[in-house]
Amino acid sequence: MKNLHVKLLALALFLFASGLIFYKNTTLGLPLFPSDDIEVWSVEARLAFSANKGPIKAQLTLPTLPPGYVIFDENYVSGRYGLAFETVNNNRVAEWAVRRAKGEQVLYYHLQLGRDANKAFSENEIAKPEKTKIKVEVPNVPEYSEDIATAITAILGEVREKSADVKTFTRELLNRFNEKVPDANIQLLLSNIDTSKERVELIRAVLAGARIPSRTVNVLLLREGARHSKLTPWLQVHNEDEWLSFNPDNSKSKLPANAVIWQTGEQALFNVDGARNSTLDFSISRHTQEPIRLAEQRARKMDSRAMEFSLFSLPIQTQNVYRILLMVPLGALLIVVLRNIIGIKTFGTFMPILIALAFRETDLVWGITLFTLIVALGLAIRFYLEYLQLLLVPRLSAVLIIVIILMTMVTVLSHKLGFDHGLSVALFPMVILAMTIERMSLIWEEHGPSEALQQGLGSLAVATLGFLVMSSDTMNHMIFVFPEILLIILAVTLLLGRYTGYRLTELWRFRATLNKDSH
Amino acid sequence: MSFIDKYLPWRQMKALGILGMNKRNGDYISAYNHRSHYPLVDDKLQTKHLAVAAGVAVPKLYAIVEVEKQIADVFEKLQPYNDFVIKPSHGSGGEGILVIIGRSQNGYRKSSGQIISEQEFEHHISNILSGMYSLGGLPDTALIEQRVEFDPVFADVSYQGVPDIRTIIFRGVPVMAMIRLPTRMSDGKANLHQGAIGVGIDLKTGKTFSGVWNEELVSQHPDTGASIVDLKIPNWEQILYLTAQCYDLVGLGYIGVDIVLDHNHGPLMLEMNARPGLSIQIANRCGLLTRLEKIKAIKDIPVSIADRIALAKTL
Repeated sequence: MKNLHVKLLALALFLFASGLIFYKNTTLGLPLFPSDDIEVWSVEARLAFSANKGPIKAQLTLPTLPPGYVIFDENYVSGRYGLAFETVNNNRVAEWAVRRAKGEQVLYYHLQLGRDANKAFSENEIAKPEKTKIKVEVPNVPEYSEDIATAITAILGEVREKSADVKTFTRELLNRFNEKVPDANIQLLLSNIDTSKERVELIRAVLAGARIPSRTVNVLLLREGARHSKLTPWLQVHNEDEWLSFNPDNSKSKLPANAVIWQTGEQALFNVDGARNSTLDFSISRHTQEPIRLAEQRARKMDSRAMEFSLFSLPIQTQNVYRILLMVPLGALLIVVLRNIIGIKTFGTFMPILIALAFRETDLVWGITLFTLIVALGLAIRFYLEYLQLLLVPRLSAVLIIVIILMTMVTVLSHKLGFDHGLSVALFPMVILAMTIERMSLIWEEHGPSEALQQGLGSLAVATLGFLVMSSDTMNHMIFVFPEILLIILAVTLLLGRYTGYRLTELWRFRATLNKDSH
Repeated sequence: MSFIDKYLPWRQMKALGILGMNKRNGDYISAYNHRSHYPLVDDKLQTKHLAVAAGVAVPKLYAIVEVEKQIADVFEKLQPYNDFVIKPSHGSGGEGILVIIGRSQNGYRKSSGQIISEQEFEHHISNILSGMYSLGGLPDTALIEQRVEFDPVFADVSYQGVPDIRTIIFRGVPVMAMIRLPTRMSDGKANLHQGAIGVGIDLKTGKTFSGVWNEELVSQHPDTGASIVDLKIPNWEQILYLTAQCYDLVGLGYIGVDIVLDHNHGPLMLEMNARPGLSIQIANRCGLLTRLEKIKAIKDIPVSIADRIALAKTL
């Protein structure tokens, strides 16, 4: 086969790059296309206590994998405390310890989390608790104390009468607890209940009477600007398929979208040994962030080799340089297409791309205006220099100096006139401008003004196209997040390097030959 | 040609065997022209030395200017001559060529009749030396050589300047030829895109057929009105021989050879080009590709020049 080597090389490059892109997109979750900024919740858990002048051990249960949410980042403010982690009943627990402490102590846990973009397509899905295939142990009927046993039996009887399954049973039961004026049996049960936690425990005890597996989950409700917020206990019952969540205060059976399950199970949310007056409260704030940063942070958490070589690991300033630099290959590919397939003539091979890069800073219309202005003025002066019969290098230097003088004048003048866009003229590649002027004047003299203007306009058109391609947000995002796209661009360039078909402009050039047939 | 092909210009072009720029570069120049041989044709001084050594007829070299300092000596060296041509050794597309047809009190007379002063003359040479006309702007050498007094055969069909005969040589076999006639529009230059007329030459007979001017078919010279059709190129066999010889000279597979007919000295090889243009196809109104592929298919190209010319005439 013709050009087999080039084709195989291009194929290999393409496969390698697309494989890497596929991996980064699917496994690491880096988005292919730029999306709008997403909401990020910052949660600060503040554990405060007064130390007893002795050793202190503080434990705090941390959220593990809250359904519908993704943890982007977490960190700890521990002061002198040593920090260790352990897992208790499927919950992560942070354990701070110190040999000696005195007075008021505060420990912080910061958490950044947001909606899981991959899963949070419907509100329903968020509210659905995680499915557990593990067989949940069915509780035995507890030994109720004498005074409440009859009340519970009566309640269970009534509720069973009006329900069909675990879900409706639980809702019916909660409805009875939440009536404005509960019936006598319920009032009896609630008579020595103080906190909402005890209330949930009581409901669980009643459910155990019907042999329904249940547990308490502590839920954090995300509200912008909340201070000293506490966790809310929710009830979960198991229907042999999954855990169903219920708000014990109003019998609603769906977790709201802003609820984060912080902890499940029996053990204490926090516990401080060797201290008094320990309190835990939460501050919540919301801000927006570029989704790609979050995806990148998350991917980094996955400890992937691919992320170690990511451009995101560079300092921001360097990143910004590469954001522009990585667009140049795209411009180079455009040049290949325009010159070898279309057949447009330009001054210099890559001059239009450098001009297009300058357009990024000046905006298109201003860029074209300033470019045309400087080249036109430069050309006029260059024709005068021709009359002086200078040698080549001094003449080129003179043109360069004149270009810089013109740029300075344009900047100062436009500033005086109040056009701030004129200031960005300094970003034009001046050497390229000088060479353009020199080459244009040579072509003007040797091949006439029409040829010179034609090539000048051609260059400007290519620069404009290059600008449009290189300033595309989508392309910018894709190439920066997936730099391996450059390998695909390289593959296409290699293939085009062996394109031996006609150029579009040749169809026009050889039209005289074509007409022979029709004559 | 099928029905559909009629409406697809590229299919039509392919059927006519027209060679495009990409195919020329990719399949012919890069495949048959070894890069190390390029300097032999890009540097006109080297070409000239090679040609002289091999006995190929070329215009006589009068002087070489390599550094600015030598410019002063040039006037002395040129003393015996009234007319001459100054050209950059690495020039391309006929750029930087200055033709002096005589002297006058204030300086030199150009082919256009304009007078240029000695100072302007010096400036032109130093422009050449500084690399203004060379590929890539590298410092260059200026050559001053014998001006060709073209054969009066062409007097009626050229406006100033010198008509030249461009032949494409592929693997030593001439495959296509045209004569380029300067016009008022081309300012005496023999470049088609500058407005010269290209007239195809029948390789067998050495006779011209209708020409192309600015991509239009013409049969008369636009300035002189003389017919450009059916002109018999004198010494055609000798010209073909000369072009085929040039292949042996530089060892490049795909070249263009420019030949001029001098009134006194007969055909002279002016220069060679390792990247000859495609316009010759327009002048001949015939594609190169068909012929190139025929030559490509031949395994062993005959060694003798006479056999190669015989082969060319079968194309």
